Amino acid sequence: MNEGMLAACRHEEAFYRGTMERQPQISLTVNGQLYQLPAVPGETLADLLRKRLRLTGTKIGCNEAECGACTVVVDGEPVLSCTYPAQRADGKTVLTIEGLAERGDEGVKLHPLQEAFVEHGAVQCGFCIPGQIMTSHALLQRNPEPSSDEIRRALKDTLCRCAGYPSIESAIQAAAHTLRTGEPLPPPDVKESGDGHRVIGHSHIRPDAIQKVTGEAIFTDDLVFEGMLHARVKRAGVPHAILRKLDVEQARALPGVVAVLTAEDLPGVHNHGLIVPDWPIMVGVGERVRYVGDALAIVAAESEAAAAAALDLMTAEFEELPVVSNPVQARRPDAPVLHESGNLLKHIKVRKGDLEAGFAAADVILEHTFHTPTTDHAFLEPECSVAVPTEDGRMEVYVGSQIPYSDRQQVADALGWPHERVHIVGQLMGGGFGGKEDIAGQIHAALLANATGRPVKLLFDRHESLIVHPKRHATRIRVKLGATKDGRLTAVETELYGDSGAYASLGEKVMGRATTHSVGPYEIPDARSDCYAMYTNNPPAGAFRGFGVTQSAFAVESMMDMLAETLDMDPVALRRKNALRIGSTTSTGQELRESVGLLECIDKVEAEVRRLIKQDEASHRPQGGPDSVQSIFAPRPVPGAPHKRRAWGFSAAFKNTGLGGGADDKAGAEVHLFPDGKLEVRTSSAELGQGLVTVLQMIVAEELGAPLSQVNVLVMDTDLTPDGGPTTASRQTYVTGNAARLAAQSLRQAIASTLAEKYDQPPEQIIFADGTVRVGGRSLPLAEVYAAMHSEGRQSYAVYEYRAPATKPLGQGGDMHFAFAFAAQAAEVEVNTLTGEVRVLRIVAANDVGQAVNPLGLKGQIEGGVMMGLGNALTEQFIVEDGYVVTDRLARYRIPSIVQTPEIIPIVVEHPTSEGPYGAKGIGEIVSIPTTPAITNAIYNAVGVRVDSLPVDQEKILQAIKA
Amino acid sequence: MNLWKQYLCPKNVSDALHALTSAPPPVSIIAGGTDLMLDLQQGHRAPVHTLVDVTDVSEMKALEIRGDELYVGAAVPINRVVASPLVQEHAQALVEAGSLIGGPQVRNVATLGGNVAHALPAADGMIALVALDARAVVANPDGERRVPLLDLFLGPGKSALQPDELLVGFCLPLRAPHQASAFERIMRTQGVALPILNLALWLARDDDRIADVRIAVGPFGPTPRRALAAEDVLRGQPLTGAVLAQALDALLGEARFRTSAYRATADYRRHLAGVLLQDVLQTAWQRAE
Ligand SMILES: Cc1cc2nc3c(=O)[nH]c(=O)nc-3n(C[C@H](O)[C@H](O)[C@H](O)COP(=O)(O)OP(=O)(O)OC[C@H]3O[C@@H](n4cnc5c(N)ncnc54)[C@H](O)[C@@H]3O)c2cc1C
Ligand code: FES
Ligand code: FES
Repeated sequence: MNEGMLAACRHEEAFYRGTMERQPQISLTVNGQLYQLPAVPGETLADLLRKRLRLTGTKIGCNEAECGACTVVVDGEPVLSCTYPAQRADGKTVLTIEGLAERGDEGVKLHPLQEAFVEHGAVQCGFCIPGQIMTSHALLQRNPEPSSDEIRRALKDTLCRCAGYPSIESAIQAAAHTLRTGEPLPPPDVKESGDGHRVIGHSHIRPDAIQKVTGEAIFTDDLVFEGMLHARVKRAGVPHAILRKLDVEQARALPGVVAVLTAEDLPGVHNHGLIVPDWPIMVGVGERVRYVGDALAIVAAESEAAAAAALDLMTAEFEELPVVSNPVQARRPDAPVLHESGNLLKHIKVRKGDLEAGFAAADVILEHTFHTPTTDHAFLEPECSVAVPTEDGRMEVYVGSQIPYSDRQQVADALGWPHERVHIVGQLMGGGFGGKEDIAGQIHAALLANATGRPVKLLFDRHESLIVHPKRHATRIRVKLGATKDGRLTAVETELYGDSGAYASLGEKVMGRATTHSVGPYEIPDARSDCYAMYTNNPPAGAFRGFGVTQSAFAVESMMDMLAETLDMDPVALRRKNALRIGSTTSTGQELRESVGLLECIDKVEAEVRRLIKQDEASHRPQGGPDSVQSIFAPRPVPGAPHKRRAWGFSAAFKNTGLGGGADDKAGAEVHLFPDGKLEVRTSSAELGQGLVTVLQMIVAEELGAPLSQVNVLVMDTDLTPDGGPTTASRQTYVTGNAARLAAQSLRQAIASTLAEKYDQPPEQIIFADGTVRVGGRSLPLAEVYAAMHSEGRQSYAVYEYRAPATKPLGQGGDMHFAFAFAAQAAEVEVNTLTGEVRVLRIVAANDVGQAVNPLGLKGQIEGGVMMGLGNALTEQFIVEDGYVVTDRLARYRIPSIVQTPEIIPIVVEHPTSEGPYGAKGIGEIVSIPTTPAITNAIYNAVGVRVDSLPVDQEKILQAIKA
Repeated sequence: MNLWKQYLCPKNVSDALHALTSAPPPVSIIAGGTDLMLDLQQGHRAPVHTLVDVTDVSEMKALEIRGDELYVGAAVPINRVVASPLVQEHAQALVEAGSLIGGPQVRNVATLGGNVAHALPAADGMIALVALDARAVVANPDGERRVPLLDLFLGPGKSALQPDELLVGFCLPLRAPHQASAFERIMRTQGVALPILNLALWLARDDDRIADVRIAVGPFGPTPRRALAAEDVLRGQPLTGAVLAQALDALLGEARFRTSAYRATADYRRHLAGVLLQDVLQTAWQRAE
């Protein structure tokens, strides 16, 4: 044995000599504190920090060195703690997000970077934020005055799916300024809304932003309970088969395994599902496997490692069946049948006018078919549920879910319990985007907790998340347009095939929206749409921001540009001519009576593009040159790069707010006044990063004249908060916002009438302002108001169940939706004609949001929406081959990074809707919908290549350029 | 199952070699771990008993001029490699290639040793090293030897290094006047984002002629190779369109481009090879002025 080596490698002695007297140690300094810890075999630095030191601010988004969420700074350098062996940190100094703020006697003083992320609205769901801040911190240490380019290079692989990249960049610039100069933080560049409200229309920071920048924000996987077990799910791994045999005995016998359950052990119903209960909780022997992610068995064990090892000991035998891999195949008569009801989930029909007559009246008729791929939400926080049995025989489920009450029902049904026995305790969500509406691990965790009597955590890794949860529908969309020579649309026919995958999820609703929006935001006399939402053996498809309209907008907006070219017409003029306006009737027969800001969006985007082009020309041609008479869509050369071409492209869109289609769209909210004068608004509606909590806080502050800091928001708890309904269809600002507004108003009335009586004043003269109530010369703080209410025996809270205006089911005409949001976008792209590579340079995005409630939050939604649309156009493609998932790692499923972020120029258009809170309507989805076709239209304008199949393929572009 | 049981951190080459040969097997070297950790975590590689962390081996951390060579330790993190004025002076292609590897967090730990030992046919750092005519310093219990880089590869992902062998560092010729190198790569941001093709080139310029040239393209075939036929065409010639076209023909004649699903067809790669060759050649040519 070499002596030098012994000295060098102090960790190894014990094993090495076979004398086990000393366990290797790690000594490291974390956030200024020295730790001496025994080394644990196989441990990563992330595990050491999160599990042993309980520093859970460091997040795990992928565990595969792709997302950057786990970034910590080791000896001054940012590294990925998920793939960094803990023992390598021996002797080193580690800084995590928890170590950034100064904690003194006066409380916490945020680091300027943390403060800047908060103030600049860079924090949305917050899951990526610790990684963003740690990476930027290391950058600023090295480079106190980074350029935009340097910031982008530094954050290249630190992903944010909420994608507020421009805000992240401006936050870093602001913090750098403050760190260099000691001056106060430069404020963000956000236009306030013109409206005359006190709180509404002005920018406010999220109530949870500070916790999210300090690492204190707790997400589900950060929870630990006494005696908690770890669960894993055995997945089928084959796309279509009958399960013939399942042997879990060896797994049961494995030390550390506490319970293994199969379909035979189900105490309640066997299926779950948001609308149709067609999704087996576990597939039983003799039953059908319909996709690779189907669950066969679940295990709870003392450790994650034991649970994982148990999976390997389970064996299944299948009778494999032919695979249905796309919706067109699924509809063929000879296709294998996947469900008792057949492969057709739903045939959706829209009929308006006389289609034949419409086409007969047309001078030109164009027809083309488009394809869009499956895409994944790739929220940065993988799914996690923790089920905890309580002493009084109930089950708590801690989960970040978009529909807590639906979780409660589905979990209770699976346990065979009354719904009230289950308590969903909603957690912060690291993004959802529609992907956290269905059941993921909630039921499995609860079943295991019930069987073992112990808390059970079920955390998906990224691989499992990608394989299991419902995706955006892949579609095939055929559009046939008829128009007169002067550009008036006479008829539109669309035919859609949607790949709903193995189970219904929200497929029928999503494809319904795709269909009713498939003719675009245009007035068309004669229209017909048919959609076939089909079951296949692919992962299920369900809700995803845009809800089907993302796909149909790509098709119809591409067609509009093709039509403009055929008619030799300006694409903007063509859209303007046909745009929905007040008095128009949609293809489902709904007359629009108010709040149609589409024309203004179109005009403003066009004007902005014109302005930008002028500005560019002025800077490129110092002498002014002749003012360009070309169309704004003409291709332009790139100075110094003859092989590159730039051009702008345009598109428009609309998107319903709310469930519509005759659904009872309602939400409950409560507003409480507490003895200390604090207010609290409660609803089960979900916060997934989109900013609902800020909106609710602002509404209550507005109505009760209180400062925001006095209003607490409690969401997503089925015991404590009334049902807010699903967080989907961009409905929460409108529906739950109204519920909160009306609850606050009714509390205000109760207070006013109590004080009016008590002080003998007319209730109208009672003023709510500055956190006090002014009555007859007195100014009562809210704590005193509470006391007054209490002593009068009045309730100090109000409950309101708001019902949105009634809507009609598809096919009955009339109002299918109570509001629509509208948008127009223009994208500028640069295409490399030698390689086919495409880069998006600028996006101008105008959205008619009714009323901007929180301009700062809206900015984040616009940035994130545009980036998601950009990803949809350029980077995202969830590949399934014969039912097997190819893109089963984040490394293979690319979401846009800061490097691909164009300059985003937001324009807010406000055509208030009368019933919406202060006129507001939904914004979450519309911001994303026009981006893809604006980009592909720009590509066409640059190089004459029509992209009719997403994502854009640089090789195909090149082929087409060369052809 | 733990991915490893024992973690050793030798400080010098002989201790590292000793660990490789005498620690309980299976033993694996770990440098940055950016390839290895994923292989272990994702089950592409069976758990090991011992990981030998070589990032603290002093000889492998060195980066300096040694005589008429630039020595780059195999375990120097790539961020340090690309930030080094010596590397910037003598090996521009390596700077350009290294800067494109992963993001900063990956580059802070990833190493050239790992990039070469992982033996993928298009690893960026490796391709640059090939064009720069690097020799690898390989140590095993019998001693140290210098090996041309291209001798280290057996097939895609298969290195010729023996389990008891260690890549200690790389020796690169110093750049003389009128010599230069450059690197470029083309990625696919659409869909499965993976590099499609890269190309590194070194040349010596004699006025308006290419006195000498070395070209490495990845992936060129199952194992890395130089584009020798193209080099022959270019050597001694002025840089004209006709010469370039001939060189490209030669390069395409010797390349074995493949179609990889969701990434690129062989045809696209052939086309891009032309784009890259022209670009990189031009850059190096100007630099060598
Ligand atoms: C997000 C991400 C992006 C990436 N992008 C790129 C990219 O753009 N271009 C690119 O080329 N690569 C890329 N890689 C791959 C990887 O980072 C590089 O190949 C890196 O250089 C590997 O070095 P390492 O030190 O991390 O190797 P390790 O993972 O530590 O080791 C890799 C292999 O080499 C062996 N090995 C390591 N050092 C030695 C040595 N000195 N002697 C003998 N054997 C040794 C190990 O045993 C192992 O088998 C990326 C990886 C990630 C995670
Ligand atoms: S969790 Fe480490 S990079 Fe994603
Ligand atoms: S805030 Fe970045 S992922 Fe949500």
